[in-house]
Amino acid sequence: MINTQFNEKAIWLLLESIPDPEVPAISIVELGVVRAVRVFDDHVEVDITPTYSGCPALKTMEEDIIKKLTDDGMKVVIKTIFKPAWTTDWMSDAAKQKLKEYGIAPPEKLTFEHLLPLGNPHNNPIACPFCDSRNTKITSQFGSTACKALYFCDHCHQPFEHFKCH
Amino acid sequence: MEKQNALYEYNLRIGDSALVLAQRLSEWSGHGPILEEDIAMSNMALDLIGHARGFLTYAGQVEGKGRSEDDLAYFRDVRAYKNRMLVEMPNGDFAVTMMRSLLFSAFAYLHFRGLIKSNDETISGLAEKSLKEITYHLRHTSQWVIRLGDGTDESHQRVQNAANDLWSYTDELFEMNEVDEYLIQEGIAFDLKNLRAEWDQLIEEVFSKATLAVPVVGYKSKGGMNGFHTEYLGFLLAEMQSLPRSMPDAKW
Repeated sequence: MINTQFNEKAIWLLLESIPDPEVPAISIVELGVVRAVRVFDDHVEVDITPTYSGCPALKTMEEDIIKKLTDDGMKVVIKTIFKPAWTTDWMSDAAKQKLKEYGIAPPEKLTFEHLLPLGNPHNNPIACPFCDSRNTKITSQFGSTACKALYFCDHCHQPFEHFKCH
Repeated sequence: MEKQNALYEYNLRIGDSALVLAQRLSEWSGHGPILEEDIAMSNMALDLIGHARGFLTYAGQVEGKGRSEDDLAYFRDVRAYKNRMLVEMPNGDFAVTMMRSLLFSAFAYLHFRGLIKSNDETISGLAEKSLKEITYHLRHTSQWVIRLGDGTDESHQRVQNAANDLWSYTDELFEMNEVDEYLIQEGIAFDLKNLRAEWDQLIEEVFSKATLAVPVVGYKSKGGMNGFHTEYLGFLLAEMQSLPRSMPDAKW
């Protein structure tokens, strides 16, 4: 039995309650993974886009969306789209603040320099999420997940993760 | 040459190159020289598996025989693989691994950047996505090559040896055949000859900072796109494919 009482807005609200499996401080909507929702007579279509092409969390997100919406009586079809490519610029200031409170330095605005083939990411030290000092250094461009890099704060002497501008 | 077959072949080349390099980089997991580098190589492998998934899935759709990304990855033999031979070269030492990824990433960076303009929506989308990630690989490996080349006598010699050994596989990155000619006319692919000067420039910039000499090698290997490979690829595939071939219904 298909429940027809759902409208697009209600579905977005449900999706906003699904946390990112790897960074649960923000939802998959805040992360920018959910791109569109379409309601049909007998089913709902949800467009999602991967953060990084090989991100293993995408499968979990798909399953979480299907579970959340089918539990509410909907039949769900997930479509994975690649264009436009996901960017951290889609993340709201509120979501970035949540990341910071969670202990992850949020992404800064994507600039031309981030896309240079031989650029140097050490040039613009990012702010420590714990003490706000910019006296920080990168320890590795790659971190515990595809979307993060490792940093160290020379002011408060804390290692921390940075959600990379992408 | 019909469009379906050309598009299938073209996707295989990109997907297979990404998959084979991903498998090579994965061999470092748990064996990296330092923890951060172990993680970096696994991360790069993961990105490349992502690229392979996209292009192989699309190859399967274009082919229209119901083959999935996994079918194409695990149930094709060495002669059916269309990757560039550079990526099947063994890891060697850390210098070889970084040099191999630098040479390939510089090519893939330019290739994806060009393919964004493809009038095939799927290829254009996958290219836009992959470009951002390969840019990281290019930056990361170029920084290592500079550090090693401009480092100690030992590291300099090792990374120079790596360049010398891999150089005969660099021309093949730009090899084209009737598949390319057809797809260039259709506005789907573009002429790889146009990338060569920029690739040379990128590599020369890195080599110059790394105090490395650009090798001069007479013999150039070619043929990956026709299914001709070095002896290394068969062993790589045997390891990568053994589980799904011995237990085809396995789920993981």
